[in-house]
This record gives sequence, C-alpha cells and structure tokens, in this order.
Amino acid sequence: MAEIMANGLARRTLVALVENKPGVLARIASLFRRRGINIASLAVGASEHSDLSRMTFVAEGDPSTVGHIAKHLDKLIEVVEVSDITDNNVVWRELAMVRVRATQESRARVIQLANIFRVSIVDVGAEAVTMEITGDTSKIDSMITLMQEFGVEQVMRTGRVAMLRSALSQGGEDGEYGDQISSNINTLEGFDSGSV
Amino acid sequence: MMIKTGGQIVCEALVREGVDVIFGLPGGAILPLYSTLGSYPELRHVLVRHEEGASLAADGYARASGKVGVCMATSGPGATNLITGLATAMMDSAPIVAITGQVNRGAIGSDAFQETDITGATLPVTKHNYLVMDTRDLAATIKEAFHIARTGRPGPVLIDIPRDVQAAEIEFDEAEYDKPVSLRGYNPPTTADEDAVAAAAKLINEAERPVILAGHGVIISRAFDELRELAENAQIPVVTTLLGISSFPDDHVLSTGFPGMHGMAYASLALDQADLIVNIGARFDDRITGDIKRFAVNSKKIHIDIDPAEIGKNIKVEAPVLGDVRAVLNQLNPMVNQTTHTEWVQHIEHLKAEHPSLRIRESDDLLGQQVVKAISDATKGDALVVTGVGQHQMWAAQHYQFKNANSWFTSGGLGTMGYEVPAAMGAQFAHPDKEVWTFAGDGGIQMTLSEFATIAENKLPVKIAILNNNMLGMITQWQDMVFNKNFYANSYTGNPDFVKLAEAYAIKGIRVTRENELEGAIQEARDHPGPVVLDFVIRAEENVFPMIPSGQSVEQLIEESL
Repeated sequence: MAEIMANGLARRTLVALVENKPGVLARIASLFRRRGINIASLAVGASEHSDLSRMTFVAEGDPSTVGHIAKHLDKLIEVVEVSDITDNNVVWRELAMVRVRATQESRARVIQLANIFRVSIVDVGAEAVTMEITGDTSKIDSMITLMQEFGVEQVMRTGRVAMLRSALSQGGEDGEYGDQISSNINTLEGFDSGSV
Repeated sequence: MMIKTGGQIVCEALVREGVDVIFGLPGGAILPLYSTLGSYPELRHVLVRHEEGASLAADGYARASGKVGVCMATSGPGATNLITGLATAMMDSAPIVAITGQVNRGAIGSDAFQETDITGATLPVTKHNYLVMDTRDLAATIKEAFHIARTGRPGPVLIDIPRDVQAAEIEFDEAEYDKPVSLRGYNPPTTADEDAVAAAAKLINEAERPVILAGHGVIISRAFDELRELAENAQIPVVTTLLGISSFPDDHVLSTGFPGMHGMAYASLALDQADLIVNIGARFDDRITGDIKRFAVNSKKIHIDIDPAEIGKNIKVEAPVLGDVRAVLNQLNPMVNQTTHTEWVQHIEHLKAEHPSLRIRESDDLLGQQVVKAISDATKGDALVVTGVGQHQMWAAQHYQFKNANSWFTSGGLGTMGYEVPAAMGAQFAHPDKEVWTFAGDGGIQMTLSEFATIAENKLPVKIAILNNNMLGMITQWQDMVFNKNFYANSYTGNPDFVKLAEAYAIKGIRVTRENELEGAIQEARDHPGPVVLDFVIRAEENVFPMIPSGQSVEQLIEESL
C-alpha cells in the first residue's frame, strides 16, 4: 500500500526505463508538475541497455492522482517501461554523503560511530570527515541525527533506487541492509557511487 | 546517394505520407523549407492569415478526412500562435503534424530574434514533439511523427527544425524514407484481451437497462457499423457524447441524444437510470458526469478505450476493455446475445415524451434554436457542421439532426472559441464537394475572422452562420443563472456590421432578423456557389436549456426557462 503521509498525500515509488535522450526528464517532470505531484526523490542512471536509462522516482501527491501517474508516464513515447512498484516486493537503497565536523578531539569518536554503523569514511580533512552511508531512509536519518552533536556541514542524498526482487531471492525486508553486501560497507571497492 | 537539402527531404517525406494540403504562414526561420515547397505541386500550400488559423484548419481537415492535418509556421510568434490549435487537437485526439522553423542551431538558447523554445512550450499540448538537430534525422523523424499522430489515441505532433538544418545539403539515400518506424516505448493496443471482452459481453448479456455511451473514439476508429450492430442486436439505446455526435444516426429509433450539462434531459436520465453503461471511446468528461460521486450510481460500467490512462481516471469501471474501438467491437459483437429490452426502450420513449428538451418557445425575436433547425431542415441533415464554442454550439448540437457519420466538428474538450471559421475551412478542403456549414457566435468569430480572406482567396463555398446576439451568450447565461445576474464584460456594443465585413472580403453577406426570412435566406446562401456569411440577429436574452449546472447531478437538472 502507498504510504499515506501526515498531510494526507500518498507516497509511491516508480521505476521507469527511458530513452537516454535530451529532454526526456523534462517531459516526465512536466507530467508530475501539471498534476501537482512532488518528486521527493529521483535517481537516474545507466541501465543494462546502452541507450536506455533507468529512473527511480519517489512521488508524493493526492492519492488518486499519484496512483494514476504511471499510466500517464507510460504514454510518453520515450518511456519504454514503467512500473509502480509501491506494492511490490522490492529491494531498495539510498546513498548519502555526509560531511561532519571532526576536529582532532572529536575525530576518533566520529570514526568509531561510523564503524558501528558500518559506514565508510571517504574523505578526511583537517576539520571534517566525509562519510558515505548506504541503506534505507531510516538508517541514513539516524546516522545524520547522531552526527548532529559534532556538526553536520553538508548532506547529499541520492534518493531511492529500487529493483523488484527476483522470484527466488532471500532478501530481508524492503530497504533493509542485506547480509550479502555487508562485506562491502567499509570500503569503496565494489561501489560505484557515480551510477546513481 | 543524392545530394538533398533538409527542405527537400521534408517535402519528399510529406509527399510520401500522402499529404495534399498544408496550412501555413512563412517567416524567416522556415524560409529555406518554403523556398523548396513550391517545387512540390502535390503539396498544396494554403496561406493563412494567422497561424492559429493554420493549426485549427489542420484540426478541421484531420477530423473531416481521417487523415493527418499538416500546418507550418515560423519560429517564435509563428510557432506560439499555433499552440491553441495544438491544444484543441490534443484534447479532442485529432491527428496533426505541425512543422515549425527554429533559429540556427548555434543560436538556440541565445534569445536570438524570433526564438522560442517551442518544444518546451508545447510539451503539455502535444502527443510528442521533436527538435531535429541533424538533417540526417529528418526523414525518420517525419515518418515517426505521422505514425505517432495517426495511431493509437491520435494527437498533435510538432517537429521543430532549425533554419540551418533545413538549408543543409547532405548525401541522402532514398531508402531512408522506407525504413520502418520502430519505437520501443510506443505500442498502442489494437484488439483487446479476450477475457476482458468476455467480461464485458457477460455484463451486456445480463443487463436489463443497458445504455451505450458513444464517444469520439467511435468516430476516430470509424466504428459506425459496429456500433450500430451492437445497439440493434441487443436493442440498446445509444446516447453520444458531444464529440460522439454523428457516430450514430439521429433519426435511429435507439438514438437517445447527448447527456450532460446542456444535453437532452432524457439522455441524462437514461444514463442515471441504467443498470449498465457501455462507454465506447468516451472519457467520462466532467461535462457529462457533473459530480462524479453522484454520476450514474445505479449502473455498472464497461469502458472501451485505446488509452489506458483514461480507464478509471474519473469513474470506477467494472469491465475495462483496452483496445481500438472498432477492433474491440468486432470481438465483442459475436459474444453479445441477440435480445430485446422492450420494457426499457419503452421507458426511454416515455422519458423522451415527458422531457422533450428541444422545444423551441414562441418568440417575436429570432432565436438561435430556430436558425439551427431551419438549416438542419434545409440541408436535410446532410451537411458537414462545424461550430465555435458557446450557446450557438449547444443549440447546433441539440437542433441539427445528423444523418451522416462523422459530420459534426466542434472543439469539445478545449472549448476553443475561434474554431468555427478555420476548422470549417479545413473540413471544406477535406471534402470539396460537400456542403459545409459553420455555426459561429459574434464573439468567437471575431477571434479568427482574418481567415475570411483565406476562404475567399481559395473560393471555398463555406456557409458561415453567425448567431449574433451582440454578446458573449454563454457568459451572459452563467452570470444570469450562477452569478446572481452580476453582468459584466459580457456584451459587445461595438460589433462590426458582419454583412459589410463579409463584402469587404468579397464574400456574400446576408442579414436575417425575422423567422419568416429564414427559409429564403438559407436557400439563397445554398444557391450561391461561393462562401456566404449569414448574420442572424437573434434574441439576446435567451439561455440554453436543459442545463445541469457545473459540478451538479441530474437531480439539479433545469429543463427549461420559466
């Protein structure tokens, strides 16, 4: 079921396979804008086809309007495939980069917390460290909250990327951090943050 | 391989698409294309006086012919002037290809003279649009554009071509024209899923009080015979939408008029009392449903539509059937039991008698309704009828008795005042030998009457009937009935003399002020071989009835003026 937010709007997740051409995003955005649907997050990147991109939208709006938006998207000539995966069994992730103030005195504690959260440190400066967090929204939210004490200087979140689970996969709940990739989390290897 | 310019490729591609007429007006950024156009006599170019006239004429041509209508304009203001016609075609699913000039590629984005981002501006009012940045892409783009415009749910497609792309010479292989269109993201349905059709057939076979709601989809897919077969086979009364008028003969015993805001009371009541509505190619528009929570609550709904986004958009549907109307009806008809609904049809007859809806009152002044009825009688329902938007449009819809399929052309969705003259011009180009009448108000006609010149120049025998009350009649009616008689900005005190105006364009003008002059004037106009403007001076204080006020239901139906 769509997530109904406090203001009565519904939040739905859509995945679209689209032609990788100029102007496609504008066409899509125009459909959302016209119907007063807010794009809460949007991730665009290459797909398995060289000339097609895959997009993940998290859309917020009037429940019936946002429930109908996939059909309108599908009418766009350059949208090859679109699914509203809100009610499907999906695996999804979000990536965030967070720059946290970390002076000589606090740096050790910041890194310690990062380790507990299995978050990797991707840049270290004299006054700050930048960490890369991958996971579900609540994990990223809690990490940012936890870092407030040291001073959060900048947050950059990718928005959700989602994929339908294959029929036989043994994953956890939606958005949960699965065991299969936990070995990657403290290293940059195997992560291509440019892909989202 | 041959050397060709972009302009030549465009013209040759248009010829291959079967284009025979182009409505357009040149300007700097499309001159390279225009300099080539004259070498292709198959492409008759009609020089309009305003680009809105070009896009609306292309719309009228498209609806009347069933072919793609083509219009052309230059960049900037030329292109923006097309927009109203594109939006009109978008709302009513008319196939149009619009070709616009654009500034040179290198100048795009620099606010160059007459530059507008027309692909950006027309995003919401086109089915698709293109900015062609390489002359090598022109042939394929034009082919794609025509394919998209005419297939599936038809609509307008715009192709924006920079000046230097038109002018460039390239090595061109003629085989490019014959490359098949391949669009991964565009696969409009044709036949429907068998189970969906079976579910619809079951509902029809079980229904006791079925009504068909026939929409523009019936006309677009040319499913007149199939609709008639369904209606007659299972004895189902047919109401049409405003755009569905002329999809089913008005003199047929099962014809039950059109429902909604200014439709016949019996049509609205039939929908309300039905136990099954078979919606064929209509979109449950707000002018028909009124308050969707109170619309036809006693019935199940079948919705046959080619556009998946229309199904369930406004009204919950028990049996959606996705496909082309004609293909679906061909699947459905054999599954529907031959039966009668004698009691229900008798009840509808009773409703028609109880709620005549089209009674014309006694009046010393000429009435718009009388004018339409007289023209309908004189032409025996055989004319192609075009309208503008407003009271005259509703009177035309109500009082013209259509005999022939696809003989009614009106801007139903967008409600474009100014449609009447250019669209009639387009319809006459599509059918040079047919009698074309256009009904206009004195308001709308002044929006596009610059095309009088185009009509005169091309010797089109269009008969233009102005129902002239020297005011914006529908505005006056709403201010009267909905805004406590707070009349404002509704009357024209400086209207031109339309007879003299016609004569200034060398068009015959006739003024009619009394009912007893109607027959003679209409005959005179029909006998005249060229265009005629008839200025019918009608009673000003006259509202259109029946009326279901906006957002209300059949319970609030006002049958006639007290």
